[in-house]
Amino acid sequence: MQIPYTLQFINLLAALLLLIAFAMLAQRRILSLINLFAWQGALLAVSTFIVAYSTNQHHLYYSAGLTLLLKVLLLPWLLHRLINRLNVRWDVETLINIPTTMLVGIALVIFSFNLAAPISQLAEGITRGLIGIALASVLLSLLMMLTRRKAVSQVVAFLALENGLFFAATSATQGMPLVVELGIALDVLVATFIFGVFFFQIRETFDSLDITHMEKLKDD
Amino acid sequence: MSLLLIPLLGGGLLAVFGSRRWAAELNSLMSFFTFAASVVLTVRVVESGPQVAFNEQFFIDQFNVFLVALTAFVAFTTSLFSRPYMRIEQHHGKLSTGMLHLYYSMYQLFTFAMLVALTTNNMGIVWVAMEAATLTTVLLVSLYRTPASLEAAWKYFILCGVGIALALFGTILLYFAAERVLGQGGTALLWTHLNQVKGDLEPTVLKLAFIFLLVGYGTKVGLVPLHSWLPDAHAEGPTPVSAVLSGLLLNVALCAVVRSKVLVDGSLGTHFAGNLMMGFGLLSVLVAAFSLFRQKDIKRMFAYSSIEHMGLITFAFGMGGPVATFAGMLHMTVHSLTKSAIFFAVGHAVQKVGTQQMDSIRGLLQVSPTVGWGLALGTFAILGMPPFGVFASEFLIITTAMHEYPWATPILLISLGVAFAAIFGKVQPIVFGETTAKQLPHSPALVPVFAHLLLVLMLGLYMPPYLADWYRQAAALLG
Repeated sequence: MQIPYTLQFINLLAALLLLIAFAMLAQRRILSLINLFAWQGALLAVSTFIVAYSTNQHHLYYSAGLTLLLKVLLLPWLLHRLINRLNVRWDVETLINIPTTMLVGIALVIFSFNLAAPISQLAEGITRGLIGIALASVLLSLLMMLTRRKAVSQVVAFLALENGLFFAATSATQGMPLVVELGIALDVLVATFIFGVFFFQIRETFDSLDITHMEKLKDD
Repeated sequence: MSLLLIPLLGGGLLAVFGSRRWAAELNSLMSFFTFAASVVLTVRVVESGPQVAFNEQFFIDQFNVFLVALTAFVAFTTSLFSRPYMRIEQHHGKLSTGMLHLYYSMYQLFTFAMLVALTTNNMGIVWVAMEAATLTTVLLVSLYRTPASLEAAWKYFILCGVGIALALFGTILLYFAAERVLGQGGTALLWTHLNQVKGDLEPTVLKLAFIFLLVGYGTKVGLVPLHSWLPDAHAEGPTPVSAVLSGLLLNVALCAVVRSKVLVDGSLGTHFAGNLMMGFGLLSVLVAAFSLFRQKDIKRMFAYSSIEHMGLITFAFGMGGPVATFAGMLHMTVHSLTKSAIFFAVGHAVQKVGTQQMDSIRGLLQVSPTVGWGLALGTFAILGMPPFGVFASEFLIITTAMHEYPWATPILLISLGVAFAAIFGKVQPIVFGETTAKQLPHSPALVPVFAHLLLVLMLGLYMPPYLADWYRQAAALLG
């Protein structure tokens, strides 16, 4: 069976997306982390555009444009400004045990492919197998949130998580209704602003952006 | 739809005028208008049945209109309470005018987000509104800017952010299943449409979708084991915020879970979703009841009590059937009213003593009998003592459990007993005994406390037939 080029291309992009998720998991430099996030956004925009082209859905063009604007340009720019103002541009995070994290990551990928297997069988046309990848990148971002100790990288992980969800929405269902997508985009944008405000408050109070300082609240 | 416009307008107005002297009055006024609009809406729905509006984007039936009325009412009384409360906090130097400004505008926007989440027909917009409600409350929890409140807010933000992201994945899966039946485009996420075709939706996908939705929105409901943000956020935020979080936001999140449960059980034809909810509910009741003993902070303790009650309500909705659902809704109502009344009383008590540590709060009755009695009666009510309404709903839940799931009854009874011992033992010396309290610069607002308790008492003693009818209709809708 001849697989159409668009589908092959989307599969390639999905694989790259997963690769970036792994790269983010292992990346110690905050600056590179943000650049990786921008790349992820770019891949997302391209894949949305291709889905829009191949299925001929006009509203997906808008959401591809929105992704480009928000996730490739605006959010990385905001994050760059933030790390400049906070003077953490060249910070390097000490990550414990990258190989173990990677192994856990691989286990997560296998798990999510298994979980998504029955659903993938239902999907027709271009979407087969992509749900597994989307779920895997969501779970990898979750893992990243757990392993990070710096507030900024946790936020990048949060945004990457949202990227994975967006990929699930476009690839598996060919896009949610536009109202919903606009709402989600607005929420993410507001969330980033609030995170920014928080960074300053946290640094003012704790003299550091390390969230290990914030483990005081216990039950007794 | 003035219901939604008023709080939005209020948010806008208070964003401009929030630092004026009369901002608190404006806040209460806006909340009162919202409440009035909700009453009008309720009357209309009760008279003429479920309605859709705005191109089917909004959908009101007996179930959510009851939550709308409850939300608007408690939001109104809380705004009355917060007026003197916030002035006293300002007087104590804990808050600046700028912070109050933020508080008032966020309060209105939070009400707006909750009402949107309740009334929308679109499962995607439910998600957007829940996220918006999280974002507005994050700023409210960290209002004091102390290290502890920042930590609590950060935890709240990250945990609920992650949880709610999982709920979005569940929503995407739901859409994935729905689009195969309803086709592309806007209608495939509308609950009314989904409800009509729920039998045709693909069961395997919906099963997975519900797990994600339950875990996601369950984080916001505060179900164990995803509850760890809740005590922190309740203890460190300002007390009016604890009252609305506990009394309202948890209900709204639970409403989203119940809506998805109706779809999923309809599609599967089994009791899968209900069983999951019962499991999570029981676990929450049990864990929360035993955690109550270890608490030293009074607001933390009542936060755990909220987890316990939300677990109980989740369990009731999970059992399903007209009686249990009726009991679940009744319990939602009385819990919201009682718990917010308790937080009002606790707020003033803490202001009088200057600490939230229960060891240092003693003898409230000597200084201020009204605050003392408010707290004592509220505690009696929340512990399920007759003749308060909580007793009636807990009694209904437990008797239904005995009929349908006898194995669950001992777990529930033990948990309720443990919770009783823990809370009563701790509140008793706070109310009676030698005093440590001082007078306050502004007179406290106790009308809301007693108004709520009176309503709860009334629901326990005598439930007006039209109210019972209304609840019964709503329970029938949910099945």
